[in-house]
Amino acid sequence: MKLITKFIKPMAAATAIASLSTMAMADGHMVSDMTIVSWGGAYQDSQIKAYAEPYMEMNDGVSITWDESSAEAVAKMRAMNEAGNVTWDLVDVTAASAIRLCDEGLAMEVDHDEMLAEAPDGTSASDDFGDLIVSDCFIPQIVYSTTVGYRTDLVPEGTPAPSDICDLFDLATYPGMRALEKRPLNNMEWALLCDGVAKEDVYDVLATPEGQEQALAKLDTIRDNVIWWSAGADTPQLLADGEVFMGSTYNGRLFSAIVEQDQPIGMLWDAQVFDLDGWVIPADLPEERLARVKDFVKFATDTQRLADQAKYISYGPARESSAPLVSKHAELGIDMAPHMPTDPNNAKNTFLYNYEFWADYRDDIDAKFQSWLAQ
Amino acid sequence: MSEIIAYIQRPNLYTFTMPVVAVLGAVFGFITGNIYGAPAIGLPIGALIGAALAAVLAQIISIKPWKKIWGAAAVFAAVGAIFGGFAGIVGGLVVGVSMSWFAIWIGSGKYRAGVPNYYTPAQVLWHNSFLFICALVFFFLIAPLVPVVWLSFNAEDFFTFTPEMLAFKAEGYSLKHYYDFLGSDEWMVPLKNSLIIAPIATIISVSLGTLAAIGLSQSHVPGRQAIMAILISPMIVPLIISATGMFFFYAPLGNWLQASLGLNQAFVGYIKVILAHAVLGIPFVIITVTATLVGFDRSLTRAAANMGADPVTTFFRVQMPLILPGVISGGLFAFITSFDEVVVVLFVGSARQQTLPWQMFTGLREQISPTILAAATILVTVSILLLTTVELLRRRSERLRGLSPG
Repeated sequence: MKLITKFIKPMAAATAIASLSTMAMADGHMVSDMTIVSWGGAYQDSQIKAYAEPYMEMNDGVSITWDESSAEAVAKMRAMNEAGNVTWDLVDVTAASAIRLCDEGLAMEVDHDEMLAEAPDGTSASDDFGDLIVSDCFIPQIVYSTTVGYRTDLVPEGTPAPSDICDLFDLATYPGMRALEKRPLNNMEWALLCDGVAKEDVYDVLATPEGQEQALAKLDTIRDNVIWWSAGADTPQLLADGEVFMGSTYNGRLFSAIVEQDQPIGMLWDAQVFDLDGWVIPADLPEERLARVKDFVKFATDTQRLADQAKYISYGPARESSAPLVSKHAELGIDMAPHMPTDPNNAKNTFLYNYEFWADYRDDIDAKFQSWLAQ
Repeated sequence: MSEIIAYIQRPNLYTFTMPVVAVLGAVFGFITGNIYGAPAIGLPIGALIGAALAAVLAQIISIKPWKKIWGAAAVFAAVGAIFGGFAGIVGGLVVGVSMSWFAIWIGSGKYRAGVPNYYTPAQVLWHNSFLFICALVFFFLIAPLVPVVWLSFNAEDFFTFTPEMLAFKAEGYSLKHYYDFLGSDEWMVPLKNSLIIAPIATIISVSLGTLAAIGLSQSHVPGRQAIMAILISPMIVPLIISATGMFFFYAPLGNWLQASLGLNQAFVGYIKVILAHAVLGIPFVIITVTATLVGFDRSLTRAAANMGADPVTTFFRVQMPLILPGVISGGLFAFITSFDEVVVVLFVGSARQQTLPWQMFTGLREQISPTILAAATILVTVSILLLTTVELLRRRSERLRGLSPG
């Protein structure tokens, strides 16, 4: 009998500890704990510092759990919805995912003016965010861009550093490996642009089968020199290792590698592709949880908070009224404005992720791209 | 075997030692030549150096073997330094030590030391090749850990051997990733979760698995094979399939627990993950306990019953102590299964049950930060200590019970 009690005692103790530590309960009409889903890494850190920490300081007893699952947010939200067990309260996704989640009814439609704070000068939220509200479910947060970084110490002697997107395809002048994302987006646009297609015609050409062939043919010219990446952390790692000479990645990752980690890496802004990232709220949240989420989102997307986030990461705030408030890096004290993708000096030649085009052609071009990869 | 080996004979220097060492020299020469783009030149030069080394080392008898090895290694390193700088020194040391050790080992006839002297040359060759293959297996198992441990002391935030690290300069190394691991909630909360989930899941698997194994070992149980197959199935079905199934199975269960019993959402999450992990651990316990039960003498339980002990007392006083080694090793497997598991917890758990492997998985995908390597190093150290302790305890108990002479 002694053995039985020996087994049961620690079990009971552990259960008691587990229940005690998680029994912090609700106050009033809002629950006191929230699960927020984000991307992890420096980006999530910037959200914690700019939004979550000040919010928890203002609201005593609120606790926030972070889930780093944004990469598979669409699939997981589908599964949770089917199982009737949605454990997420607020989800950070790209605009394209937000559009999909909204179409499938997995994300809640929001009234931006009613739910979000006005700008300090009284401009309504929908005017302040402007065109960036690309879906009724989407609450924009930041503008980021996909752009190209390169190893400064591997630039051949006597040649200027790369500054044009087409240097990516120029193996003669800039020999070495490239890192490109393992999906057609951005790659196809850049390929056409560097194959002589005018910028305003890119999507018209890409809509035709011949245009798609043309883009793949251009990519064919560097194919043997490409390492295909799938996670945002890959390219900075490959650049730091010197395994590739050039590679595409998000501008914030490059900023972190260049400025914060002090790696011998440079970057181009030419033909950078803007994309948006923001919040969606899962559909059909229980009322008490929804109330807490709304309270948090109103705070976290106001003009000052969005500007604050830029202290920690080089992504542009989605509100027009936040831009003048962008200040210095929180630790390094350097001016952040020149590192923003939206800065006028950097935004001379840009693309905006074409949501309509890719919604229509994504499946088709994806299939062609993947079969081209497999050849 | 030692009585069979009468004496060790030195092989002939010219017909045996020099050619054999030349072969190894040719291999090293080929590799070195390859680095400089001329393998065809490196190969004969390497062979010549090998033969010459064998001849020279065979002439020097008065010096101790280990001095010969380091002497030769120093010469090789010096030559390497001239051609290849720091990397040359390292390469020279490696080549020098291995070649001179090999030359002495062959030249002194020690390569026959482990085999009976009636073995044919082919058998001797196989015996030594076999040892070499064993060493290779060991190397391939252990070697991947070395860069992990080494890189975890990196001063930079990338998985990169910096020039400072390779030159063994202090500024290339730091403990900052260990501070990151120990000092942040990002890692400490998952560690705490793992330490809550794994032991409880283990206790459940061990209790249920042991009972199942004992029941299934009784010959009168109907459908034993079928029941066994079902219980073992979590081990055979691909984990991702089990995980999907568990996700849909536990979701309504969790909803019911929350809605009708009013349990906290996070608490229900722990229950779900613990139960799922217990299911994964049970097959390991069943298999190890069944294996120990094969050697268990049934007449002992009858004897106990004869003395008036009821079945429960018999189990705890007679059967349990005898099958304990199987139970413990099954428990260890169950613990490690839960502690290492990432797929099921990703499906069944929510962010509040984030375990250490989960954090490592997302960290690797989103950040590639060496903090993961620091975590891995700590985990490796802990598991080595754990397994060593268990093994020492096992030996001690065997000694106390007089099962082994040591």
